[in-house]
Amino acid sequence: MLLVLQGIGRVAARLVAFGLGSLFVAQAGHAQLRLDITEGVRDAVPVAVVPFGGQAEGGPNDMAAVISGDLRLSGRFAPLDRQDMVARPTSGSEVRFQDWRLLKSDYLVIGRLTSAGGANAVAFELFNVQTGQSLLAESVQIVGQGQRAAAHRIADLVFERLTGIPGAFSTRIAYVSVDGTPPKQRHRLMVADADGYNPRTITESTEPIMSPTWSPDGQSLAYVSFETKTSAIYVQRLATGERRRVSARAGINGAPAFSPDGQRLAVTLSRDGNLDIYLLELTTQVLTRITTDEAIDTEAAWSPDGRSLYFTSDRAGNAQVYRVDLDGAKQAQRVTFTNGYNARPRVSPGGNELAMVTLDRGGYRIAVMDLKTRALRVLTGGRQDESPSFAPNGATLIYASESRGQGDLALVSSDGRYQERLRSDSGDVREPAWSPFPQR
Amino acid sequence: MKFSHVLAVALLAVGLAACTKPKQTKPVEPPPAAAETGGATTSGTGTDTAGATTKLTAQQQALAAIKSRNIVYFDFDSSEIPSEYLNVVSANAGYLVKYPSARVRLEGHTDERGSREYNIGLGERRAQTVRKALMAQGVADAQIVTVSYGEERPAVAGHDEAAFAQNRRVEFAYP
Repeated sequence: MLLVLQGIGRVAARLVAFGLGSLFVAQAGHAQLRLDITEGVRDAVPVAVVPFGGQAEGGPNDMAAVISGDLRLSGRFAPLDRQDMVARPTSGSEVRFQDWRLLKSDYLVIGRLTSAGGANAVAFELFNVQTGQSLLAESVQIVGQGQRAAAHRIADLVFERLTGIPGAFSTRIAYVSVDGTPPKQRHRLMVADADGYNPRTITESTEPIMSPTWSPDGQSLAYVSFETKTSAIYVQRLATGERRRVSARAGINGAPAFSPDGQRLAVTLSRDGNLDIYLLELTTQVLTRITTDEAIDTEAAWSPDGRSLYFTSDRAGNAQVYRVDLDGAKQAQRVTFTNGYNARPRVSPGGNELAMVTLDRGGYRIAVMDLKTRALRVLTGGRQDESPSFAPNGATLIYASESRGQGDLALVSSDGRYQERLRSDSGDVREPAWSPFPQR
Repeated sequence: MKFSHVLAVALLAVGLAACTKPKQTKPVEPPPAAAETGGATTSGTGTDTAGATTKLTAQQQALAAIKSRNIVYFDFDSSEIPSEYLNVVSANAGYLVKYPSARVRLEGHTDERGSREYNIGLGERRAQTVRKALMAQGVADAQIVTVSYGEERPAVAGHDEAAFAQNRRVEFAYP
């Protein structure tokens, strides 16, 4: 642990020297994630989030720090360093806008804990520093010890007010962490908050775990586990831990993907080595075959309207992305033509873009295709970038990346201008899946 | 290369000179007599008679002999068995034909490049290629099960071509 902390200190010093920041996650538990901002955006909007009244500064529940971290994580904002703040206003009447203009902050967030009628809450306000105008003033409930959750909610609201895009800071990520050296490895399915905090183990095995994917209500994960020495698909409820084996057919059971209504899973099954995509009705176990080609057909992803699947197939000799419409003749149409390898599609929440892994100048990289123009833009520059997953607001993707021999998670804005890395302090982390928005 | 001298000579003898493919696993020592007896007991097919014990010992010796040749390595993005590994398939087919009650599990693997579920497909295709080659040499379908681990169970860690070459493989596993 000491070594890790020393390492963090060096990284932090270097980043600060370049005018960038970094956030660290120091939590008990496995595979903690640490955020290193590797590439900042030059035109990130300066914002000051003042420590909230009624709260001690520092520690994991420092709400202003959580909000600053979220805004920085989006790549669109550059929060002001706390040590540069000349005042600590906690209500609108205490704000001297001249102070914040001198510090070149465009926006100001203040807040304080309240306990009206015994219920804990936090009142916050967002100002335009230039005009002094109040843009947003709300109160957010704190449920139990949920200061961090309340802070994420405030960050969501501030982000939406300033960008027009709903914030995705109250979401979670599922991922797989792997410790140990082959062949003796320990595989864990993890869920953490979107900023890497609160990692917890959902299931673990000495055999591989792969392909976690969220149910549309965010209550369950489907995943593949080899715990019986062969692949099977499980659906597990996060709140109770209760899980169900939904497919353990002979051969391969892989690549689960929930339909938008949550009633069906697209899955990959094999007969005599030929992988095809099927739809599995979760309540009745009725199977419908979707692809019949002799090639590898796998990695299905639903369109948001539930009427089409995008998938990987090597029917033309190498891996490319195809689309099949579920009503009608189920005739697959090829979607990707640029580059010799395009795989693992994921449709953006708006349905207008497709993220995938593409072989770009010798490296496997994350690319996004505009489904209307068919233009493909490569967002990352790694050697082995894979498993892209859109945030539910479509603004950011999380993906798996390898650096210095270790598997990390990384974030990239969907325009490719902003990138950062979530490093694990133990073992490899891979296959991130971004949760849907929480249900409110 | 980390060939031991003895192993290198053995491989030369079966025509693997100038091989650029990964080395085979080291020959497995024949199990001691106690282990053979244990095997006979747990197999559930033998009896305690001397004859049965001798018969199982012969099978176990045959198994030990092929355990030094129980991996087929593949070229990148290919599921064709390279010619230098056809003798691995033949040796295992010979054992399975001679002992029809024997079962083999073919475990297909890939290197880490490309997407994970697609690699499950590629590993399966490799396992199926070996399965068909075994059946072409008289092994019964019922003796074979296949599983694909894709890139999930690398034989070696590492992210270079040497590691990739060791990881693109089908292993013959005898339960």
